[in-house]
Amino acid sequence: MSAAETLVATGNRAHSHGPGSPVPLQARSERPTSYDVADFAVPNGREEEWRFTPVKQLKALFDDAAGTETPKIDASGPEGVVFETVAADSLKVGKPQDRSAAVAWNHAGEAFAVRIPVEAELTEAVHVNVASLGARGFSHLIVEAGRHSRAIVIIDHTGAGELSSNVEVVVGDAAELRVVSIQQGDHESIHLGQHDALVGRDAKLHHVVVTLGGKVVRIGTNVRYAGPGGDAELLGVYFAEGGQHHENRLFVDHEATNCKSNVLYKGALAGDKARSVWIGDVLIRAAAEGTNTFELNRNLVLTDGARADSVPNLEIETGEIEGAGHASATGRFDDEQLFYLQARGIPEDAARRLVVSGFFNDIIGKIGVPEVTEHLHDVIEEKLARAAELSASAKAVVGQ
Amino acid sequence: MATLEIRDLHVSVDTENGPKEILRGVDLTIAGGQTHAIMGPNGSGKSTLAYSIAGHPKYNITSGTVTLDGEDVLDMAVDERARAGLFLAMQYPVEVPGVSVANFLRTAKTAIDGEAPKLRTWVKDVNKALSDLDMDPTFGQRNVNEGFSGGEKKRHEIVQLELLNPKIAILDETDSGLDIDALKIVSEGVNRFAGQGDKGVLLITHYTRILRYIKPDFVHVFVDGRVAEEGGPELAEELEANGYERFLKAGAK
Ligand SMILES: Nc1ncnc2c1ncn2[C@@H]1O[C@H](COP(=O)(O)OP(=O)(O)OP(=O)(O)O)[C@@H](O)[C@H]1O
Ligand SMILES: [Mg+2]
Repeated sequence: MSAAETLVATGNRAHSHGPGSPVPLQARSERPTSYDVADFAVPNGREEEWRFTPVKQLKALFDDAAGTETPKIDASGPEGVVFETVAADSLKVGKPQDRSAAVAWNHAGEAFAVRIPVEAELTEAVHVNVASLGARGFSHLIVEAGRHSRAIVIIDHTGAGELSSNVEVVVGDAAELRVVSIQQGDHESIHLGQHDALVGRDAKLHHVVVTLGGKVVRIGTNVRYAGPGGDAELLGVYFAEGGQHHENRLFVDHEATNCKSNVLYKGALAGDKARSVWIGDVLIRAAAEGTNTFELNRNLVLTDGARADSVPNLEIETGEIEGAGHASATGRFDDEQLFYLQARGIPEDAARRLVVSGFFNDIIGKIGVPEVTEHLHDVIEEKLARAAELSASAKAVVGQ
Repeated sequence: MATLEIRDLHVSVDTENGPKEILRGVDLTIAGGQTHAIMGPNGSGKSTLAYSIAGHPKYNITSGTVTLDGEDVLDMAVDERARAGLFLAMQYPVEVPGVSVANFLRTAKTAIDGEAPKLRTWVKDVNKALSDLDMDPTFGQRNVNEGFSGGEKKRHEIVQLELLNPKIAILDETDSGLDIDALKIVSEGVNRFAGQGDKGVLLITHYTRILRYIKPDFVHVFVDGRVAEEGGPELAEELEANGYERFLKAGAK
């Protein structure tokens, strides 16, 4: 990484920092959540949870009114998986933490549920496609993995409109569930999402947020533990291009004992006004003895005019923990790496691809779903090709 | 046989106070089959010469020419220079996170040869090149130079030299930071390369120690951005005995 990189790592102690005044996470956990839209004022962009977000572009999704379309949901999966529609309030693992989530909760209608039966070990991934057709719509998904089950669920968000969604995830005791949420809407699309996961006793959740497209994409992921021994691996990959805003907000609430959380989010940015925001809040409550948590966010800024904000927050209320730390680093593309590879005969565009795929290499290895990682690889290549074209044409203009 | 010709090369870098000239008219001809040593004190511009030949964007060529077999090297992109047959073993090899040595070597070899190497022989070749430099085959799975010790980085440069087998190799202080065993291993690698007969070597060094293992045909003393004196191996012996003092005085007048 280049000299512009900043690296912050803390050990086993309470710590919080970031631009502006850090907000204590205890306050964060007391931040109002509600199923009632009226409990949230329309954001003006000055609120702590909205200050990084271009709220002006989100007006339609703050409006407490029915959608102008119903997003199309298609699902398929191996034998054993159950699909059904259920009442929105049938589970209530999630509870809206902001206005757009409350609007979605009330106007999505019934929830679409994916159930993995107790002890089922699915051999293939379950696919759920949520397609926004071009208007304003809401969706509500539930993924419930029964005790001792194993499954992969891929939720693919596509389309052209404005979508606000709630996703509730329950991982039964000793189950292992991998949920991959892909956001790859068209360039003008908008997607706000709230994911709430409840990790059972000795259960393992792998939650992956892959954001590849959309003008504004903001995903909040909240994790709680229903019992001791739970393990959550929270991964995220994003690649914002010119004019795109990709935001991820995490809140891991450790209350049960001996639970683990491991957060790794990596993003690249290329193009004028490409923007990413990452907020990683981890709270270890007094009762959560034996907790082990680490969170890391890294950003690779490929061109001028792009900006990445990264705010890790860790608050620890007990000394009886195994370990806790966080790190955040944002670096510019390192031209020395490029020179080194080119000096070995590798053409510039291939060398650039190699450096960027190297940057994403560890997280791609952890995602562990080949169809997702292959797709990710292809899309990253396309984006790099576009970035190269842009910088080539910029050079041509300068050279005239 | 390949010939690298450097004529009246002037190079400057951009500083806060405007451009600063570092190379002030370098003349040097390296023909295939020859080994040249460039020796000079810290800051005399040795790395600047090496990087300028390789095409590092930090260095501005203000006048002069560099040709390889008559072709204008300065007109080529960095990767084109490498494909034309130039190789620079760097004083400070760069770490490339997330890119494995195996992937890197294969990608470089494919680029240099214009076609992918034959899989079966390639794996053997890589393992042999690694073990020749006393590096474990597991280095193939590690990320390029990441976490390598100083000596391992230098040996990895020579692994690349042997696998990519260029026409002309420029070695920038490959000897620095090596213990005596590693120095011998690295020197053997360079001698294997040079021993092919038609290869040119430009060995940049601060110390005479490596010249006990690699015999130069020509020695150039580099002071203040130009060649101050040239001679045969005996010049290195004089430097061993008397240091750079005589040349520094000459340069300062
Ligand atoms: N950006 C810069 N600004 C000012 N001076 C520079 C800059 N870059 C290089 N120089 C100077 O150029 C000179 C030559 O540097 P170079 O690295 O080529 O020397 P060298 O002979 O390789 O030294 P060493 O033996 O320490 O490796 C040095 O005095 C160095 O400080
Ligand atoms: Mg040097």
